Amino acid sequence: MAEAETSTEYETHTYDVVVVGAGGAGLRAAIAAHDAGARTAIVCKSLLGKAHTVMAEGGIAAAMGNVWSDDGWPVHFRDTMRGGKMLNHWRMAQLHAQEAPDRVLELETWGALFDRTDDGLISQRDFGGHRFARLAHVGDRTGLEMIRTLQQRAVALGIDVFMECTVTELFKDVADDGTPRISGAFGYWRETGKFLVFEAPSIVLATGGIGKSFEVTSNSWEYTGDGHAMALRAGASLVNMEFVQFHPTGMVWPPSVRGILVTESVRGDGGVLRNSEGKRFMFDYIPEYFKSETADSEEEGDRWYTDKANNRRPPELLPRDEVARAINSEIKAGRGSPHGGIFLDIASRRDAEYIKRRLPSMYHQFKELADVDITAEPMEIGPTCHYVMGGVEVEPDSGASIVDGLFAAGEVAGGMHGANRLGGNSLSDLLVFGRRAGESAAEYATKAEQGRPHVQPELITSAEQDALAPFRIEGGGENAYTLQKHLQEQMQKLVGIIRTDEELAEAQQMLRELEDRATRLKVSGGRVYNPGWHLALDLNNMLLVSECIALAARERTESRGGHTREDFAATDESWGDVNLILTLGDDGHAVLKRQPLPQMPEDLRDLFD
Amino acid sequence: MGYDLSMRLWRGDAEGGGLEDFTVEVSEGEVVLDAIHRVQATQAGDLAVRWNCKAGKCGSCSAEINGRPRLLCMTRLNDFEETDTITVTPLRAFPVIRDLVTDVSYNYEKAREVPAFAPTPPDADGKRRMMQVDVERGQEFRKCIECFLCQDTCHVIRDHEENKPAFAGPRFFLRYAELDMHPLDTNDRRKLAQDAAGIGMCNITKCCTEVCPEGIKITDNAIIPMKERVVDRSFDPLVWLGSKIRRRDPSDERTEVV
Repeated sequence: MAEAETSTEYETHTYDVVVVGAGGAGLRAAIAAHDAGARTAIVCKSLLGKAHTVMAEGGIAAAMGNVWSDDGWPVHFRDTMRGGKMLNHWRMAQLHAQEAPDRVLELETWGALFDRTDDGLISQRDFGGHRFARLAHVGDRTGLEMIRTLQQRAVALGIDVFMECTVTELFKDVADDGTPRISGAFGYWRETGKFLVFEAPSIVLATGGIGKSFEVTSNSWEYTGDGHAMALRAGASLVNMEFVQFHPTGMVWPPSVRGILVTESVRGDGGVLRNSEGKRFMFDYIPEYFKSETADSEEEGDRWYTDKANNRRPPELLPRDEVARAINSEIKAGRGSPHGGIFLDIASRRDAEYIKRRLPSMYHQFKELADVDITAEPMEIGPTCHYVMGGVEVEPDSGASIVDGLFAAGEVAGGMHGANRLGGNSLSDLLVFGRRAGESAAEYATKAEQGRPHVQPELITSAEQDALAPFRIEGGGENAYTLQKHLQEQMQKLVGIIRTDEELAEAQQMLRELEDRATRLKVSGGRVYNPGWHLALDLNNMLLVSECIALAARERTESRGGHTREDFAATDESWGDVNLILTLGDDGHAVLKRQPLPQMPEDLRDLFD
Repeated sequence: MGYDLSMRLWRGDAEGGGLEDFTVEVSEGEVVLDAIHRVQATQAGDLAVRWNCKAGKCGSCSAEINGRPRLLCMTRLNDFEETDTITVTPLRAFPVIRDLVTDVSYNYEKAREVPAFAPTPPDADGKRRMMQVDVERGQEFRKCIECFLCQDTCHVIRDHEENKPAFAGPRFFLRYAELDMHPLDTNDRRKLAQDAAGIGMCNITKCCTEVCPEGIKITDNAIIPMKERVVDRSFDPLVWLGSKIRRRDPSDERTEVV
């Protein structure tokens, strides 16, 4: 092994707040921390502006009332809680609904150019599970607008950005009063392979999700659950990990694009789902829970787009978990499309000019990648792993985890979305809780009585050894790409949309075996921009997070939101006030416990009567 | 359906390198990035390539395919004959880091030089009002995914490293134009676009427009209007007079930033 591969040199950087991740939550957190006076750094695995937020299409949910003046935060709060099957942390859902409108207006102040209503206000569009047209949007590229706006704001403020830099471990020390607390983080530059150490009292995790552990996913290579896993290793807890959202509409053909997202706006703007018999099958899948607010005829559903007061919304706009399950059933019943999906049809419902104006990137995406003209023919779509509701258990107002100095915001944080997230609530979540976590992290870091933490050298040595391990395997060794592919296939098969105890047990066994094989991951080449090495390190996080999902999914013996058990098909009210909490045991494996769901105060409860 | 594709991939680093031959099995509907990923997974685990969304939305996987700047994820294999050899090389205008990955920090430095958006105060209800027709010009430019293919192809810098300090490139002319056309911005960046960003060096050959994967009409809709605005500011007394006599030009109320 060459000297360059084993060098343990590292550079040291000192900050008040280090934000890990530069999607919507990370950028918003960094802006807030900077504005609160903290010396702030953003660290991200990709180039700035490429994070997964850029893929978000439909819009940002915020009850601004620009289109329907009856909308307001209590309605948004209620929609969010019901969409999450009442398992959301009520306080997060409340803060989210209350603050989202201001966060959207703030983006406009920073240069975002949203689509407009006729009287010049920010336009709002329909989405699944939302009572009113509520999503601020820019065509179907809202995520790009949001990330570019936040990126340009962060650059204008002069916040330090460490791009193409991966954080692999968090450091802790012990405060004078004996409390363990965050002291910094360890990482490497992807471009050079060199190590860095951050000394910082506050760390905000904004690392996004875990979707890359599944075979069919809308998520990019970055979504390996780094923040989830690092939080666990640092002593924090995860909540709701059994709830994984399969977005109903991902592309299915050609195989190369399988899983790529097709925005819910297609349905929000009038698109409908049909099976191979041409039937609008969603009317057969309206659950009791949503019957009173869902149209029971095609005529009523169609009228709703223009007259919301006198009609109920079409079942294509039920929350995502319901739609994904219905699509899955139709395909299983043999009524699928030629390539194993079902049909999403907007061509027969709206004129070509409207489709191209409202859904330009969908038009482009299908034209370029699948030779399909969505203004003339239906799309073939099927469910794709899209989002994890579960994440770091945080204090709602501050985003603080149970570890002093460790904060989390965005997809890596749990609680906000309960058992199922409504479309559009992610971008608003990033803004609302990104800001709160950034402010709280800055406040924590500058607390006068707190002495600065110190990074102990032996922790650095240990992190270096872990990072270099794949270069030191003698003999054969395992290939990271092969292992990842196996993990993805098995997670899809055993821990996917429909689960059983038997398959979950098999998944746990499979994960133990992969974990063992992962200790022999071997890397070819050097440390300069070596994706094989990067994947080998990310894989450990993927395995740990997958273990958490399987464990929690096996424990929850009911079906609710993004967790469907074939052997426990009903929603069980006795599970309705139970959170599953995961921590890391001494043996390095996840430990699970049940915890009561926080109960909302009376005045909020009244909204549901 | 499937066939064996011949590829030549540039491999190397800042010290040097060259094309290496690979044969990889590919199947219907795949794109060049799929083929590269398969090479990576089965033959060259350390092959360096940037990518993220794989759907033409993030602009990470920019490279040159048979000499032409393209996104790897949006270039379909059926654009080529099965017998063709596909050659993939890194972006030529930027220094190589390794294999297909280049150092694009030039673009991030130029981004820092553009003065930020500075809006007028909101209306009394805290909201801002703009008409759709007025935001649409800017929206076209904000479709930019920062793939930097326009920067790569622009001949002012493609083979002229020495021009880089004084030239921001098409991507940032787009940004200057976007802000200049923003209905609520209060900064006047025209002098800056001319002096520091070097818009005058562009001689509108439209190469940037041709490679833009988002189909943004960079030259016609951004650069040429921006050049005209720069000229208006500097030289045209008639336009100046006209704006005083007839309706007020909103740019008169802007503050020049330098």
